[in-house]
Amino acid sequence: MIKKIITSRDFILFGIIIFGVVVVGIANPFFVQPSSLSDVLTDTSILIILALSQMIVILIRAIDLSVASNLALSGMLISLLSTVYPELPVIFFIILSCSIGTFLGVLNGVSIAILKVPFIVTTLGTLSIYRGLIYFVSDGKQVYSSEFSEDFLALIHYKFLSLSFLFWIAVAVFILMYILLNHTKFGRNLYSLGGNPDAAKYIGINENKYIILAYSLSGFFAGLCGYLWVARYSVASTQIAIGFELTVISACVVGGISVMGGVGTVVGCTLGALLIGFIRNALPAVDISQFWQLAISGAIILIAIIINTKTEQRKEKTIMVE
Amino acid sequence: MMKNIIPENPPFKLINILYKKEFILFMVFITIIIINSNISPYFLDLYNLIDSTFLFSEKAIIALSMTFVIIARQIDLSVASIIAVSSCVLGYTTSVGFDTYLVISFTLISGILCGAFNGFIITRFAIPSIIVTIGTMSLFRGLAYSFLEDQYYNKFPKFVVSLGSDYLFGYIPYAFLTFIILSIIFAFILHRTIIGKRIFSIGNNPDSAGYTGIDVDRYTFVLFTLNGLFSAIAAIFLSGRLSSVRPNIAFGWELEIITMVVLGGVYIYGGSGSILGVVISIFILGMLSFGLGLLNVPGVGIIIFTGLLLILSIGFPSFIKYFRSKNE
Repeated sequence: MIKKIITSRDFILFGIIIFGVVVVGIANPFFVQPSSLSDVLTDTSILIILALSQMIVILIRAIDLSVASNLALSGMLISLLSTVYPELPVIFFIILSCSIGTFLGVLNGVSIAILKVPFIVTTLGTLSIYRGLIYFVSDGKQVYSSEFSEDFLALIHYKFLSLSFLFWIAVAVFILMYILLNHTKFGRNLYSLGGNPDAAKYIGINENKYIILAYSLSGFFAGLCGYLWVARYSVASTQIAIGFELTVISACVVGGISVMGGVGTVVGCTLGALLIGFIRNALPAVDISQFWQLAISGAIILIAIIINTKTEQRKEKTIMVE
Repeated sequence: MMKNIIPENPPFKLINILYKKEFILFMVFITIIIINSNISPYFLDLYNLIDSTFLFSEKAIIALSMTFVIIARQIDLSVASIIAVSSCVLGYTTSVGFDTYLVISFTLISGILCGAFNGFIITRFAIPSIIVTIGTMSLFRGLAYSFLEDQYYNKFPKFVVSLGSDYLFGYIPYAFLTFIILSIIFAFILHRTIIGKRIFSIGNNPDSAGYTGIDVDRYTFVLFTLNGLFSAIAAIFLSGRLSSVRPNIAFGWELEIITMVVLGGVYIYGGSGSILGVVISIFILGMLSFGLGLLNVPGVGIIIFTGLLLILSIGFPSFIKYFRSKNE
């Protein structure tokens, strides 16, 4: 039992993160102070939420490349609205942001499930359509921190047990996803659709319904993160979160979610996001230029995907021998 | 969804031409020309039209080799990032003072290496090309960023600059000329040689293609390497034209190139398509963005339009099918 836990993928990932924190801590003691560690967690929260929602889509053998554009568009729309109606309660903006995100996600899902446009074409297309629409609605202008109402920004700075509001939202999403994927029919059906779509259809799982649901969930959380992102950085522009979809996908891949579908755990995905978040924050702490970030995350995706495929292929072989 | 079209030459009938995708695309092209020339008096100016080819020739060169990749049931999202890497190599080798032919060889080699790297990972580890090239898209772009940081190159050999911005006989831009010659060669290889037939059969069914003795992995590897090479060629023309290279060069081009191919009737899951269709769709998109540009529609409008066109061009046929099946 103990051996199984120690050699499990999630445990190794956890070990790598702890090891990394210790190494960076020796190089730069400031990095391991509680306040900067809590900053790292806050910084990674949005990545965790998006990685968990991307995981749902990857489980059914698809990818949602439009999340970052979706996030930026929902964020921009509520920011513009909040400059016009600053007196509206924050909860209204959060719900609105989630609804816009869900709507954009449903559009993706309908295009893939009903119009039968392959997911890669659909989400590449909406990646640029949603991004383009931001320019359209905002005229290319930014919404600055001074233009937001105080309530709009205050919520995000609220702290509980000296950890930020953002982090607690990520924890809530984690628990929700854990229950959803491990203890509901919805979760089991997602895994079986990804594991073997043909067999899943034979036992009566409506594939189209699950595709649309998966993409709307992905859109919902992208919308939620739209509010969180804008409130955290207190700026909404056409450029926010550009290219973030790649970071999200790398978090999933590092977390052991198989792009062949049907494989991966919520814990693994979260640890993957934490590792990526840790690396992004640790690079400046050990004096590596920010220009290396993109190359490093690309390399991490490739290494992780190669390791994933190797372990999967080994499993397939043993099945055939027995 | 699988179409089992093995390309062969059916008996020639004039009426059949009307049902071809290429014919429909050509009609769309004519319509766009007519609408554009009615809206703007500057559209049908010969010099304007010639200069408008600068806007799409570099992408079009990559679209040709991308057609091969997509017909073989693969996809390459890293082409724009390979352009960034090759342009950096071009700028760097010029700045250290190599001869022109060495500069160009190094640039082409860098593209080939990037493409071969894609091909190696995809075939050696049997990983879907979409996820590998998502990874290399950020790896290659990241290498360009880490190499150049916030600097830029603006000195290139005279030959490269004239390639990017001069005309043959004062009329035909070199980039456009290259594209036309390449498209004839590519059409010949794809539709008239055994290599083309094999690429189609790999795209139709990789497993059965393997059983008939085709080395699928080798073909895949070579196609990705070619894609890298043609990205480097495009990088030479692009850097010569812009006379300045930043790491964000050609950002987002992978989408536009895939749109060119898919709009040209190439089936995204492989196995069917033609170079003629892709060439016509390149002209459609080129004239469309040129026309929209004359009407002062900003670049963002064109991006939204391209995205919509991409989704609708694939979605429309299944949309009709869906409604027919509902009515029955």
